[in-house]
Amino acid sequence: MTVQTNLRSLRAKSRSGKGISIVSRLRSKRTALAILAAVTSTPALAQSIAITGATLAIGDGSEPIQNGTVVIAAGKVVAVGAGVAVPAGAKAIDAGGKWVTPGIVSGFSRVGLAEVPGVRETNDMRATKSPFSAAIDVAPAINPFANPIAISRTAGITRAVVAPVAATSIFAGQGAVVDLGADMNPITKARAFQYVEMGEAGADEAGGSRAATVLTFRMMLREAQEFARAPASYDGRSRDALLNRVDAEALVPVVTGAMPLMVHVESARDILTVLSLRQDFPALKLILAGATEGWMVAPQIVAAKVPVITAGLEDLPSSFEKLAATQSNVGRMVKAGVSVSMGLLTGDDALQLRAATQQAGNMVALTKVPGATGLSWGQALRTITSAPAEAMGLGDRFGSLKAGKAGDVVMWDGDPLEMTSAPVAVWIDGVQQPLENRQTKLRDRYATPTEGAMPKAYEW
Amino acid sequence: MNGGGKWLLIAALLAGTAGPIAAKRDKAAQPAPSQGTSAEPDNPYPSTYKPYPGRPTVIRNATIFDGEGGRIDKGVVFLNEGRIVAIGGPDTPIPADIAVFDGTGKYITPGVIDIHSHLGVYASPGVDALSDGNEMTSPVTPHVWAEHSIWPQDPGFGRALANGGVTTLQILPGSGNLFGGRSVTVKNVPARTQQGMKFPGAPYGLKMACGENPKRVYGAKGREPSTRMGNLAVDRQTWIKAREYQKKRAAGKDQTRDLGMETLADVLEGKILVQNHCYRADEMANVIDMSKEFGYRITAFHHAVESYKIADLLRENGICSAMWGDWYGFKMEAYDGIKENVPLVHQAGACAIVHSDDQDGIQRLNQEAAKALGAGRRMGINISDEAAWTWLAINPARAMGIDQQTGSLKVGKMADVVLWNGNPFSTYTRPEKVWIDGALMYDSSNPKLKPVTDFELGQIGAGDVK
Repeated sequence: MTVQTNLRSLRAKSRSGKGISIVSRLRSKRTALAILAAVTSTPALAQSIAITGATLAIGDGSEPIQNGTVVIAAGKVVAVGAGVAVPAGAKAIDAGGKWVTPGIVSGFSRVGLAEVPGVRETNDMRATKSPFSAAIDVAPAINPFANPIAISRTAGITRAVVAPVAATSIFAGQGAVVDLGADMNPITKARAFQYVEMGEAGADEAGGSRAATVLTFRMMLREAQEFARAPASYDGRSRDALLNRVDAEALVPVVTGAMPLMVHVESARDILTVLSLRQDFPALKLILAGATEGWMVAPQIVAAKVPVITAGLEDLPSSFEKLAATQSNVGRMVKAGVSVSMGLLTGDDALQLRAATQQAGNMVALTKVPGATGLSWGQALRTITSAPAEAMGLGDRFGSLKAGKAGDVVMWDGDPLEMTSAPVAVWIDGVQQPLENRQTKLRDRYATPTEGAMPKAYEW
Repeated sequence: MNGGGKWLLIAALLAGTAGPIAAKRDKAAQPAPSQGTSAEPDNPYPSTYKPYPGRPTVIRNATIFDGEGGRIDKGVVFLNEGRIVAIGGPDTPIPADIAVFDGTGKYITPGVIDIHSHLGVYASPGVDALSDGNEMTSPVTPHVWAEHSIWPQDPGFGRALANGGVTTLQILPGSGNLFGGRSVTVKNVPARTQQGMKFPGAPYGLKMACGENPKRVYGAKGREPSTRMGNLAVDRQTWIKAREYQKKRAAGKDQTRDLGMETLADVLEGKILVQNHCYRADEMANVIDMSKEFGYRITAFHHAVESYKIADLLRENGICSAMWGDWYGFKMEAYDGIKENVPLVHQAGACAIVHSDDQDGIQRLNQEAAKALGAGRRMGINISDEAAWTWLAINPARAMGIDQQTGSLKVGKMADVVLWNGNPFSTYTRPEKVWIDGALMYDSSNPKLKPVTDFELGQIGAGDVK
């Protein structure tokens, strides 16, 4: 994935940063105080609310219902549906027919790991000079105040899968699932999965070929097994060791199936290779990320009961591992019975989580294109709500508006899958979220570009 | 050496032997220069594009956005012999015995124009061997022409046609250099050669870049420019030389031909349009002053993520802004990008364009425009759908110097037309049919009316609905 980003870099949209930033030196005391105030004063505590009169989408694949009600108490959904009574004491909010959905979940991102991806000092996605790989845990690097988190939240994204980028090994480290709330506790689940590159990028990390990737994978997992058998005697320092002790230990839950393994592959043949790894390591709990050619081997993916997180709109042979790319990939896999989620597999992964609704909307558009395979509206919404939650093994906690799930709710000013629409209210864990961000402040400052009696810098 | 490397070596050797011969032949075929050593051949790589066969076609009962801000409900469009012959309301007279499409519930627009594309020069697949968009061996390369890098077999062209309704696009060199080279405008038709795509009569553009890219690329090489002041200094030194060259040329004095100077002299004489990559408001202001210092015009700032901060200045100077719907923050100079950029520029009375700069984005420029439109309306800027369509039609056409030929649905103009299966600002809408110069080049209901490049032919999924 980063390969593609690099290829694009000098078309115009270059991302790599060089010069040493002096931003930190210039940051004023006042800014620091303002940040502190924001942390302590918002958001409001969770209270019981009942949203009524909504065009209500559950997020489980079902189609929207009219005049729906959602009741949230103690941060969780407690009742949903048409004809649900508003409990006493709950704050009633009349949606007046507006759309209400579960919070959008980004099935694949790097949000919070970079403020400005092209500015190296702000970018914690990869550690090119670290002696560690599989043991790397992104959770402490996630910055809940990264502006892309606030911008994504304003667009209705409430949770995200956050993966590290592979740097020195096929194993990139352990990713997290986060919420995008305006508070200092972003982690829904740390060490939620291990991430490994097994396609073109993996071959590069493994020394130059796919054959080396597979061998490297097997040997590293065997070393993890050795570590598990006798931790004290595992020598991660010998020249023959592929893994140091810390990385070996980190791969133990992968071998045992205690931790999901998210594998990035794009081509049909690489997908089959990955599925066959279970012959040697039967407990592997696989998640496929990428899978641009997944439609070609959908029956095998279904048989293996492996969820897929894909880009959705990728339809170009942008690399030789994506020759069979088509926008019908998602529709065909869903039709075959694969559990499919969508995420940012093709770049902008720290920034554009709000592309989720566009990805989903385009799946609906395909249903009207002769010969193409798309998704119904409800199925499309599922790929950016309950499906990614389920893929991460957290479907019981969030991703749909069902009793017992997290109170992640978005009310929209129009059909959420239309690009002209936006949220009018967002709740995460039942807490109403601020919808201002740096971009809305810039917008307001420059609503008229000309300066008044005083410079723009005094308008805030 | 692996097999691929050996093949490349053989190819290089073959190219080495064939090159001079081919060059000689070309030279012989050219008309003899009529005046001194500075004489330039007129149009040495001419367009060979001819409109493909079309048939008289009428679409009726559709909602029409004419591309200049006009709207017709239950409208009629009549295409014949490559041109728009009639457009109007339901009573528009049409001949009796020709093909009529019912457009009930559908929308008609002029073909989408993308003013900023790298299709063909950064083709799919994105391997090094096809990476031909930036000649990053010098910050000043006005002598290179993007058309000489275009690979017509890039599958991206066909996707832009079928999914995006793109009928015309400007292919630019990248932004690694201050003077990146000449751009070229093409019709989005498949062809064996770039000449077969070239938009007849379209003026060339000069790609310039300010900001982070040139200073980073050359700073990393330990060369000038390594700063923004270095960027401007190298720009200005180059314009001084260009003015000298242009004066001599205009006076008919002999001088050795210089390809880069020819391009810059054409800019100074207003024949080539400046397409300037620039993000920050303060830098755009510096570049505007530079253009006045040397007496040339900037046609459009590209990317222009901070145009909203100086929309008044851009209006006063008659400069267009080609912008994204919502890209922001991927590098420092993009940090202040906001979704309202396009509507704020529009509202200020300056020229607003939505561009892609991306092989995926070009397939959904209508949706990128919708993002901006919605954001604008939410802050109280009430722009109608038909007015917003100018961002993808007449505005880019003007900034590419082709507004007399295309960019709107006016009688006599090229019949570059898209029939959409719904409102094109909806995510649920796709092109149903696309005509280029009156020829039906894409039809969603006819699997055969969809281009398959040589590269994809015989590959898995060739001819698949993409």
